[in-house]
Amino acid sequence: MMSVIVLTLILFIGSYFAGLLGSLTGLGGGFVIIPLLTLVLHVDIHYAIGASLVSVIATSSGSAAAYVKEGITNIRLGMFLEIATTAGAMVGALIAVYIPTNFIAILFGIILITSAIMSLRKKAELINQEKNLLAEKLKLNSSFPTPNGPVNYTVKNVGGGFFMMGFAGIISGLLGIGSGALKVLAMDTIMRIPFKVSTTTSNFMIGVTAAASAVVYLQRGYIDPGLSMPVAIGVLLGALSGSKILVHTNSSGWLRWVFAVVVTFLAVQMIYNGFIGKI
Amino acid sequence: MNKQPMSQKTFRDTDMQAVIGWILRLGVLLSMSIIFIGGVIYLYRHGQAIANYHTFKGIPDFVHNIHGILNGIITFRGQAIIQAGIILLIATPIIRVIFSAIGFVLEKDYLYIGITILVLLIIMASMLSGHAG
Repeated sequence: MMSVIVLTLILFIGSYFAGLLGSLTGLGGGFVIIPLLTLVLHVDIHYAIGASLVSVIATSSGSAAAYVKEGITNIRLGMFLEIATTAGAMVGALIAVYIPTNFIAILFGIILITSAIMSLRKKAELINQEKNLLAEKLKLNSSFPTPNGPVNYTVKNVGGGFFMMGFAGIISGLLGIGSGALKVLAMDTIMRIPFKVSTTTSNFMIGVTAAASAVVYLQRGYIDPGLSMPVAIGVLLGALSGSKILVHTNSSGWLRWVFAVVVTFLAVQMIYNGFIGKI
Repeated sequence: MNKQPMSQKTFRDTDMQAVIGWILRLGVLLSMSIIFIGGVIYLYRHGQAIANYHTFKGIPDFVHNIHGILNGIITFRGQAIIQAGIILLIATPIIRVIFSAIGFVLEKDYLYIGITILVLLIIMASMLSGHAG
């Protein structure tokens, strides 16, 4: 048994580091928050998902504000793909009620490991300039600023990317995470969008996607104010510190590895606890 | 990209980006301040209570509906104030979508007016389905 003030302090400190690591590695804070709440503090997974979702909206909106102003975010592409992510998020939040919590824990672990592996991948910057009729019709092709002037790019495989975004939305709604890694995967590997654009546009979409499932969870009583308060404030402050550090250092290579090890450990714990039915 | 001369005062993509950035920043700043203030009141009043989140039992009635939250704000209940801040935070990206729609109207981009309205309809459907469930 723990008093409210002690739990709040632990949550605040834990969330701060979750936000810091999430921003340094690009995986997002939710990945540490849900295991911290469920495995360490024995909070029911429904409350954990609710609190994580709130922190996801705070960090993505906060950082999207900065990126949008730099003109890297492709707003039309984001808007178009948000059809798929919000519809997916709605479906995810609606089916979450009917899915046993231990299955949710196992799924969380699997997505966690997949995202960690993807974050370690080497990122080769490629600029696609093939013509695509659908991308042209939808005005998805654009340009982004570089030190050597604006670079034009085109978008490939619009349908495939749209479908993958729907899946990312379902996962986000089901698990209460931003699923930014899946969104970047859809835009990077399927739609061949330059890495800088896909990262910022994915971040831009995460807030709306999370809001589409949060409106369901809010009414279902998953979002507890006492729990969400330290989590949202902690993750946001951690993410802000993380973005400050990123500007000053370039050697986040070793940090990615540390995080990958931590994340894999957490994922295995979530899967194990899911299997023995403790979550 | 749009390359209109500055004298031609039309609404452009860069203007929309500036407005969107401004809305997101303001929304996060405002909602986080409200959550913080509510948190201070909540901890001052209930800091010594025993926290129990081990089993899921929903949230207290006075933070579950708009009427209860409004009532709670007037009577200075910390949890109600936090919940109001959280609702504003959730509304922030949705407000961003509404402003994008206005932006596309000013740009006369009918395709994207349609796409933006579709996204808003999906969020509304989600809101209503959560209410029914």
